[in-house]
Amino acid sequence: MKAWPALLSGVLFGLGLTLSGMSDPAKVLGFLNITGAWISDLMFVMGGAVVVTFLVTPLVTAREAPLLASTFSLPGKQLLDRRLVGGAVLFGIGWGLSGYCPGPALVSLLYGYESTVVFCLAMFAGMALEDPISRLFASS
Amino acid sequence: MNEYLMPLTGGVFLGLSAMWLLLSLGHIAGISGIAWRSLAGPERVWRALFLLGLLVGGLVTHNVIGRPVPAESTAALWLIAASGLLVGLGARMGGGCTSGHGVCGLGRRSPRSLVATLTSMTLGIVTVFIMQSMLGGSV
Repeated sequence: MKAWPALLSGVLFGLGLTLSGMSDPAKVLGFLNITGAWISDLMFVMGGAVVVTFLVTPLVTAREAPLLASTFSLPGKQLLDRRLVGGAVLFGIGWGLSGYCPGPALVSLLYGYESTVVFCLAMFAGMALEDPISRLFASS
Repeated sequence: MNEYLMPLTGGVFLGLSAMWLLLSLGHIAGISGIAWRSLAGPERVWRALFLLGLLVGGLVTHNVIGRPVPAESTAALWLIAASGLLVGLGARMGGGCTSGHGVCGLGRRSPRSLVATLTSMTLGIVTVFIMQSMLGGSV
């Protein structure tokens, strides 16, 4: 029963990533290059997306439950911690090196480029390494 | 056509996707989390179908609507691999990526997501600046 809503959501997300230009790493690097030849139009991607989520999220979460599940699965209200900031720092450096973040990289597998395959394999390896690396830091 | 129309339209689609997932299944449309949890653990199937949907959406854009396919990155493969490692590691450590923290978290007015998004953007900008200005984009 969860199959078709998830598929539909994925299709909409894939449309959004590819229509917007987010699946073009050169464009993303141009957007991050604010001191050079800045490509400003990707600002409208995040802008358009956040206007929708900012306005609609409260209406959805005001419901007692989602349409097809018994409860909402939302992150708890944790405080800021070193993991959040440290993770965001590593993520930002990685993003700036190639212009790929997870969504655009995964949808770009469609293009059959060697670099997107390498990126996605490395990304999953990085995810798998998170547990041992975090434990190393926690124990030191 | 206005150069900002496609990015804006795409952004609205991202927002609608996230809101539909929240309304129907009650989940956050965070791609790094969906991708990681599609590999192991409970509720793998809907996550795998979401990822399949991503590819279908891309096919529609390029093969049905006819938007041009972006060129391949010109970066060296070792740099791409290093980038992927950092993105995967950082997304799990920080509990989200551009979608989970950016698109969804900002909409939920989450202070954690605001900090994560601003931190990632800043480091992305600094990294591109260093690569372009100090290394001349030659790597």
